[in-house]
Amino acid sequence: MTILVIQILNSLFYAAVLFLIAAGLSLIYGVMRIVNLAHGTLYALGAYVSAWIVGSAFGHFMSGTLGLVGLLLLLPLGAVAIAAVGAAIEPTLLRPLYRRPEEYHLLLTFGLLMILEDVMKLLFGGTPLSAGSIMDHMGSIPIGRLIYPAYNLFVIGIGLFAAVGLWWFIYRTKFGVILRATSQDRRMAAALGINVGLVYVQAFAIGCFMAGLGGAVVVPAQAAVLGMGVDALILSFVVIVIGGLGSLEGALVGALIVSFVRTAGIQFFPEIELAVLYLIAAAVLMIRPTGLFGRA
Amino acid sequence: MTMAPNRTGPSIPRLFGVAVVVLIVLAILPYVVDVYQTQLLTYGMVFAIAALGFNLLLGYTGLLSFGHSAYFGTGAYTVAFIVRDLGAHSMELCILGGLLGTFVVAALFGYVCVRHTRIFFGILTLALSQVLWSLAFKFFWVTGGTDGIRVASANLTLLGGLVDFKGRGAFQRFVFAYYYYVLVLFAVSVVVMWMIVHSPFGKALQAIRDNEVRAGFVGIPVRRYRWIAFVISGLFTGLAGILWVPLNGLTTPDILYWPFSGEIVFMAVLGGFRNFTGPIVGALAFNYLKTYAVASSEYWQLLLGLVLVVLVLVLPTGIVGSTARLYARLFRRA
Amino acid sequence: MSLLQTVNLKKYFGETRAVDNVNLTIEQGEFISLVGPNGAGKTSFCHVVSAHLAPDSGQILFNGADVTHMSVTQRVKAGIARSFQLVNLFDDLTAFDNVALAIFSRESKTANMMALAHLDSAVNAEADAVLGQFGLAGKRDVLARGIAQGERKLLDVALAYALRPRLLFLDEPTSGVSTRDKGQIMDTIASVVRGEGITAVVVEHDMDVVFKYSDRIVVMHQGAILAQGTPDQIRNNDEVAMVLLGSSGPDAFTRKD
Repeated sequence: MTILVIQILNSLFYAAVLFLIAAGLSLIYGVMRIVNLAHGTLYALGAYVSAWIVGSAFGHFMSGTLGLVGLLLLLPLGAVAIAAVGAAIEPTLLRPLYRRPEEYHLLLTFGLLMILEDVMKLLFGGTPLSAGSIMDHMGSIPIGRLIYPAYNLFVIGIGLFAAVGLWWFIYRTKFGVILRATSQDRRMAAALGINVGLVYVQAFAIGCFMAGLGGAVVVPAQAAVLGMGVDALILSFVVIVIGGLGSLEGALVGALIVSFVRTAGIQFFPEIELAVLYLIAAAVLMIRPTGLFGRA
Repeated sequence: MTMAPNRTGPSIPRLFGVAVVVLIVLAILPYVVDVYQTQLLTYGMVFAIAALGFNLLLGYTGLLSFGHSAYFGTGAYTVAFIVRDLGAHSMELCILGGLLGTFVVAALFGYVCVRHTRIFFGILTLALSQVLWSLAFKFFWVTGGTDGIRVASANLTLLGGLVDFKGRGAFQRFVFAYYYYVLVLFAVSVVVMWMIVHSPFGKALQAIRDNEVRAGFVGIPVRRYRWIAFVISGLFTGLAGILWVPLNGLTTPDILYWPFSGEIVFMAVLGGFRNFTGPIVGALAFNYLKTYAVASSEYWQLLLGLVLVVLVLVLPTGIVGSTARLYARLFRRA
Repeated sequence: MSLLQTVNLKKYFGETRAVDNVNLTIEQGEFISLVGPNGAGKTSFCHVVSAHLAPDSGQILFNGADVTHMSVTQRVKAGIARSFQLVNLFDDLTAFDNVALAIFSRESKTANMMALAHLDSAVNAEADAVLGQFGLAGKRDVLARGIAQGERKLLDVALAYALRPRLLFLDEPTSGVSTRDKGQIMDTIASVVRGEGITAVVVEHDMDVVFKYSDRIVVMHQGAILAQGTPDQIRNNDEVAMVLLGSSGPDAFTRKD
């Protein structure tokens, strides 16, 4: 029974991370009809940058003087860095391609993926980088006769907060209205005086922030390794296939489904865990091509 | 009103002339350059076949696949299995077996992938190739894991046993003979692909690329034709993988891994994916680029990515397309 | 037997009744204009009959056969073709290739991989003939994206015509074209269509065009057929005038310029 609870918590933890990545990807697509193939790599970059910050002298200073709170404050910094990268990329590299057939932005973001993967190798080397100190600081909580890292619960909380926060942001704020207007009809939005270019760069930066945050949030629990980017890209796509491209609820539901299936898969069929997920994605695509919540 | 039947078609006599010249040059080459260069050019032709297959989907059907390593790898591994497990020596048998294996995988993957819109298509192709890659790793007792499977040229025979590679000077003989073997298959591949692309079927594919809705309204079965194009594309790339293994002597999971798919994409974009010869030129150029650049840099992928980004932004028509445009502009002024 | 008969055809989009219980019969050889204010359901009706949209209920009988559940390609093979209001061409193929493709498809030659397209003299001759009929011979080797709007609209129709359909739907073939060119375009289309005895249904807004060419005019309003009849009958129909123009009377349909 305890094991079941722990498995459920693990799934929720993983779902929170997946949600962050997938929601970012979906947001960008929803507003700009752009699929950023480097999105998973940005997640990985966020993980590396966060781990690096935490492990650096600055990190040691924070942990010493301010303790846990200090360390936790560092996590979003990684995400902000990734948002900055996104804000630099969109106007310079992506904007010239909006009028062109969509192969071009796929090719470009694929090129970015290759560049960023090697940049990470260059900056951080081949060895895994972790921010385990945060996890240690938070200690563990007893569940039944076993103990469970409190940090994971913290992450689940962040996931929930992000879901609610994002929903509120998109549906209850003025900027959210602008985002939704631009995503539905960008010419009309421009005619109404909305600075579409600014909206685009902001939406892209927010999407990248979420990917970076996903990385920042996962790295205390799981070390950053090379190759995590492409895995994350594919998994977040499976999430979006199931949930529907451009849908927030879809990203949430999709993340939960993928996460739970993955946990169950690892438990019972560790060999083909990846294959099970792809099979589910393929099945969903066959039955409901737009996903559970997606628009055509 | 008289109609010249091939006014809108390519001028066959002129093309034939160019092709013959190129073929003669390629045929003479091993007598003029050293063994290393001959081997290098053989690799180039192998990659050209792979890129040619890939571009049937991108340039002509409008489908961008990020998972073509799956077919290259299936071809390669099938040959390795045939040689290791069946004890076969005949290269012809390997080709047939490899094509059969690639057909099965391409047909299956294609069925799943072509039902979808372009973005999902791309991701599905990537995901499926990753599945194969992870299988090659996990089932290491079958595939040899990261060590891979060796395929020694000494074990192979060409032309049903007429040519073998044992004894003294075997390596040079192999490089020499295999170059011509690949050259013939390369020439055949180019001709076959050229015919497909200029056939009514090829026109139908281009229509699907340009406007799939209208294609349907003109009576073209869009999904079925996409699937057929996918399978043909996979077969060509699979053939490349099959021919690659004896050359490389070894097959490893690396050729199933996504960066290799990226290299195939890059070859087509470098040469120009809207031209027939683009992928061929791109593959040859890429081959030399990689050979001479890898020697100097560990960050090969960074270089590749940078060039790809620059190509997309500045030279979207690639080498062939840009050269053609330059040529047209120069001659218009003259 | 009528060529086309729709029986209680319905297509709703939520609350909106795009096609509301439409019963329309079309006879062989007729040239019918489908008119009505914006949102009347004319284009939706075309979409449903051409299989672009599936109906919610009702039947479509073509030449006696029930085609209601046939796919787009099946309906094309059965003999129903359409052109598009927003031009829908194969932009990176030449005008010639566009038309030739339709012919290859009609002749079931598109599965042919080992023959060269440009060597098929029968198809080539016919493609050139079709281009000539639509006045596009001069643009034969120009990529579709490089052709002017009016001629693109003609090419769009030529593409559907090349399928030699029994029933041809033309969705606003003169929309987006200057008034001066409209007449010429419609003249071309009408002469080709009538010359071959093809049954045509034209969705149109320009009443001058409609009155000039139609055998029968079908007026739609809010998804249903309001009235149908010969041009004279419709011209004198006050209810129709109210719906289409907002006023009625003997001079309602006369252009006041």
